[in-house]
Amino acid sequence: MTEVKKLISLVGRNTKCYFKDKLTFFMSLITPLILLVLFVTFLRNVYIQSFESAFPEGFTVDKKIVDGIAGAWLMSSILSVSSVTVAFCSNLVMVEDKINSSVNDFRASPIKPTTVSLAYFVSNFFVTFAVMMCVMFIGHIYLAAVGWYITAGNFFMIIVDCICGILFGTLLAGIVESFVSSQGGLSAVATLVSSMYGFICGAYMPISSFSKGLQNVLGCLPGTYSVGIMRNHYMGGYLTALSDAGVSDEAIAAIKDGFDANITVFGNQIPLWAMYTILLGACAVLLAMFIAVIILKNKKK
Amino acid sequence: MIIEIENLKKSYKDLHAVDDISFRVKEGELFSLLGVNGAGKSTTINIISGILKKDSGKVRVCGHDIDSAADEIKSKIGIVFQNSVLDKKLSVYDNLKYRANLYGIFGNEFKSRLEEMTELLDLKGLLKRPLAKLSGGQKRRIDIARALIHNPRLLILDEPTTGLDPKTRITVWEVVDKMRKERGLSVLLTTHYMEEAADSDYVVIIDSGKVAAEGTPHELKNTFASDFIKFYNHREEAEKYFAKLGYSIKNERDFTEIELKSTAETSKFFKEKPELFDDFEVLKGNMDNVFLKVTGKDLQGA
Repeated sequence: MTEVKKLISLVGRNTKCYFKDKLTFFMSLITPLILLVLFVTFLRNVYIQSFESAFPEGFTVDKKIVDGIAGAWLMSSILSVSSVTVAFCSNLVMVEDKINSSVNDFRASPIKPTTVSLAYFVSNFFVTFAVMMCVMFIGHIYLAAVGWYITAGNFFMIIVDCICGILFGTLLAGIVESFVSSQGGLSAVATLVSSMYGFICGAYMPISSFSKGLQNVLGCLPGTYSVGIMRNHYMGGYLTALSDAGVSDEAIAAIKDGFDANITVFGNQIPLWAMYTILLGACAVLLAMFIAVIILKNKKK
Repeated sequence: MIIEIENLKKSYKDLHAVDDISFRVKEGELFSLLGVNGAGKSTTINIISGILKKDSGKVRVCGHDIDSAADEIKSKIGIVFQNSVLDKKLSVYDNLKYRANLYGIFGNEFKSRLEEMTELLDLKGLLKRPLAKLSGGQKRRIDIARALIHNPRLLILDEPTTGLDPKTRITVWEVVDKMRKERGLSVLLTTHYMEEAADSDYVVIIDSGKVAAEGTPHELKNTFASDFIKFYNHREEAEKYFAKLGYSIKNERDFTEIELKSTAETSKFFKEKPELFDDFEVLKGNMDNVFLKVTGKDLQGA
């Protein structure tokens, strides 16, 4: 019981350390917000035209639905990418503790090393969740302005998807950054992940626009399914609205295929439940690796 | 015994950081580990406090074996690290609260420990301030409060006064002395300041991972340090007499100084040539002199 209280206390300490540094919080928030601004400024029309190209010639629907689905698609991209990139940027406290030797203070205290590592993971989870909720709030103001068709059920599932994505992101960050012990190292890793991850998981560009070979390769990466589940729940309400407006099932299926709500790997379409299974299975593997890294690192000392 | 170390060894690849060290620290003692940087002091301290694992040897602290009861040992040790390891962004209160929590000290128990530390170290005006905004001396007081917050039996001070101004250095030692007198706190010290080591009950000098010498400061001075006799009268006779015996002689404006190997030699000459000793001064070599003789290295430049 005392160990649980110690864990809660350390999570509080790590979270407080993170939020006391306003600049760090701002920097974690700024990347997804820049993406949102860039989209609204430059790419919005491109995506709107892409969606409209799926409709039969001369067919028109309410502008709010089309504007909204383009925004919703982008929100699913931003949130699924952020669940990993923000987790990598927000793990600052763990690296700082190594730099200023606070880890030695913990090692010299009667607290289990696994509790300390777990506290970094849990606090990073909360911090990433908080940053993502801020991004989501701002993004949803935009969606509400252009066209809001997200149902309560889908909204709830988007939160669940965020939690799954953050779990994946924080575990991955916890493993990779346990080998980082300098500010420069952290910046290098965070920059690398921020610039690459969006493409690897098919968030910036629909996977369907890549070659078949690359589609299959990306389909083997669990991050892809973090995007996939988010796409389904963000676009779900809009696709229903399109259907209600008379858009054919074939056109809706084309939109789902073209914008990664449907993911096809080696010729097989992956159902939604399988996407969750793959993502959570990957989290289980990462958790096992995370525990192994903690144990090995403590044995080494 | 508060600490018992037997044949302790720790290597990093080919480097023997600690090479078969043994020593014991009595309860309530102020015990000093002396050595240049890289001698093995910090590695020894880190093993005692559970930060590092040893390769071989026995380590018992407060009656517990570190192999079987590391957490019991950790709860009885407080450490002041060479550089502050506290959270600069957090307030003094938060720092002490979160560190006390690591020892299972929560709620009212923490409040009463905090009150005690506030009184002992005069922290009242500092509790709400972020650590980053404090002066070097104030930060050191917080480091000491953190080390004492769980009421340890053994306080480990790893060069605690390095870089501090003389006033803060005195404050640090006043607190440590008070805790030793009032609570029988045992203290393990590493320091570069020889005057601090000279006040210790027992000193171990470590060189290249091995114990090079040990004893009370008095024993070490008697064994290793030179005696310096200053003759203010009979200067010429003393110079001739000691020059003939091959001793090092230094002539100053007011006196002639002879360096003798030990206090035993001084006593011998005092008995053999009492006529030379009618206006003189005998100075014992200090711990700097001891360290230089034992290791051949100057600790101040370490």
